[in-house]
Amino acid sequence: MLDVARIREDFPILSRKVHGDVPLVYLDSAATSQKPLSVIEAESNFYLNANAAIHRGAHALAEIATEHYESSRAAIAHFIGARPNEVVFVKNATEALNLIAYGFSNATAKFRNGSQLLAGEERFVLKPGDEIVLTEMEHHANLVPWQEVVLKTGAVLKFIPTTDDGRLVVDNLADIITERTKVVSVVHQSNLLGTLNPVQLIGEQARAVGAWFILDACQSVPHMSVDVTTLGADFVAFSGHKMCGPTGIGVLWGSSEALDALPVFLTGGSMIETVYFDHSTYAKAPAKFEAGTPMSAQIVGLAAAVKYLSDLGMDAIAEHEHRLTAAALSALQQIDGVRIVGPTEALNRGSAISFVVDSLHPHDVGHVLDSRGVAVRVGHHCAWPTCRRMNVPATTRASFYLYNDESEIEHLVSGILAAQKFFGVA
Amino acid sequence: MSLESMYQEIILEHYKSPQGKGLREPFAVEVHHVNPTCGDEITLRVHTAADGTIDLSYDGQGCSISQASASVMFELVQGKSVDDGFALEAEFLELMQSKGEKSGDEDVLGDAVAFAGVSKFPARVKCALLGWMAMKDAVSQNIGVGNGR
Repeated sequence: MLDVARIREDFPILSRKVHGDVPLVYLDSAATSQKPLSVIEAESNFYLNANAAIHRGAHALAEIATEHYESSRAAIAHFIGARPNEVVFVKNATEALNLIAYGFSNATAKFRNGSQLLAGEERFVLKPGDEIVLTEMEHHANLVPWQEVVLKTGAVLKFIPTTDDGRLVVDNLADIITERTKVVSVVHQSNLLGTLNPVQLIGEQARAVGAWFILDACQSVPHMSVDVTTLGADFVAFSGHKMCGPTGIGVLWGSSEALDALPVFLTGGSMIETVYFDHSTYAKAPAKFEAGTPMSAQIVGLAAAVKYLSDLGMDAIAEHEHRLTAAALSALQQIDGVRIVGPTEALNRGSAISFVVDSLHPHDVGHVLDSRGVAVRVGHHCAWPTCRRMNVPATTRASFYLYNDESEIEHLVSGILAAQKFFGVA
Repeated sequence: MSLESMYQEIILEHYKSPQGKGLREPFAVEVHHVNPTCGDEITLRVHTAADGTIDLSYDGQGCSISQASASVMFELVQGKSVDDGFALEAEFLELMQSKGEKSGDEDVLGDAVAFAGVSKFPARVKCALLGWMAMKDAVSQNIGVGNGR
């Protein structure tokens, strides 16, 4: 059991008031989580005591900074069951997914230009008619980059469908993921619906046809124990800011084999082996994907975040969230006129709960909640096609994390009732 | 923060009984505007009548602010000259950008002054402007301004 009262002391922002003197009820962690003092202090301490350019310079501070940087990489790798050289630092999951997508576009462009491909790059060449399989519940970050790949390569998109209650239809995967499939990229846990997807099953089919298997793990890694080596994936992407870490830092995990083969994305300093006026050779992964001076302080902050989460225990966090999710689903469904968009039971589902209120637009629900200090997200949650699939223009989304408790569910419920009363739809 | 400071009664009335809602023919130009952060949408048709006045119709979905504002916009702009329509748009835009500092001239803006409180909420200003921006875009295209030159 998590001691939530104790945990909340680590997050001073949760004690602040909004709109003058209204206590904050923060139910928007699926958008971004709050940061504990240990993370803020780790980032601050790096600037106060260790800041220098890493991996260069022959002075003491540069070595101290580099040690901070690489020990942080090791800690973050350990958190997801990976080896340090399989962890690439990026800005966020969006950049990680773009990095992979650009690998396909770039390999294809080089191939069509007759340029020399590096070892393994041929595995990323797409031909017209090759298929990229996504799901009907992707965040825009795992959809739009592939639409761009399609425009550049002639590959086509296919989608694993979603049921009306927000589950993936996986009983005919072999009809969707076929020998024409070159890429399967799916969300581990939906940010809109909360659904936890059977990714091992999808990964098995991807592997059976020799397709690359990519996971958007933005909403799973912060909330449950994830060992990337057991998911059957080639690449896994997630963001630091949703897991108590700073903004501006995300992770692309790839198997050594996959990262070695994947073409470079951003190029320039730090990612090279040798440079001549007319050509260059590249460093090995992860350095070959980390061009330019990195976000060192944020990486140190993310290492502090995974320490914070590990000290509490990811299983304990998951159990806590599961209990809150079950309670919130039950409480919301007891309100007349409220409908959950996504699975209505806590089984195989995370704590992001989307809902609609009859005759009320989510923006108006969100505004009434905000007036009472309850912070939720409203809109399409960067999953606009998924909203259309679920036949809703938008939703209100409450999401729970390790610092939330049952009393906040009551605030949410009373806020929804107040919105219905204010607009006269109760 | 009182909800009533933003949701004036007149806004709720327009939301519940939107004026002029529903697409009509004939029309010269149709535009579709969205608020990409929340998915609110409006489709708006316009043609300028023989006497140079604006004839509008619209349909949309969205929050109370976006839908009520479109309704108020319709009441104010329908049948007005293009110049008067654009002047109203400019006046309303200035009110929405005032961050709560202006109350609006009721003699000019009529029911639209009820949206003054919305200007204090940056996230909702776009909602209030959705219908107005669609009108300005459509009328501009219709009279050949800002389209292809």
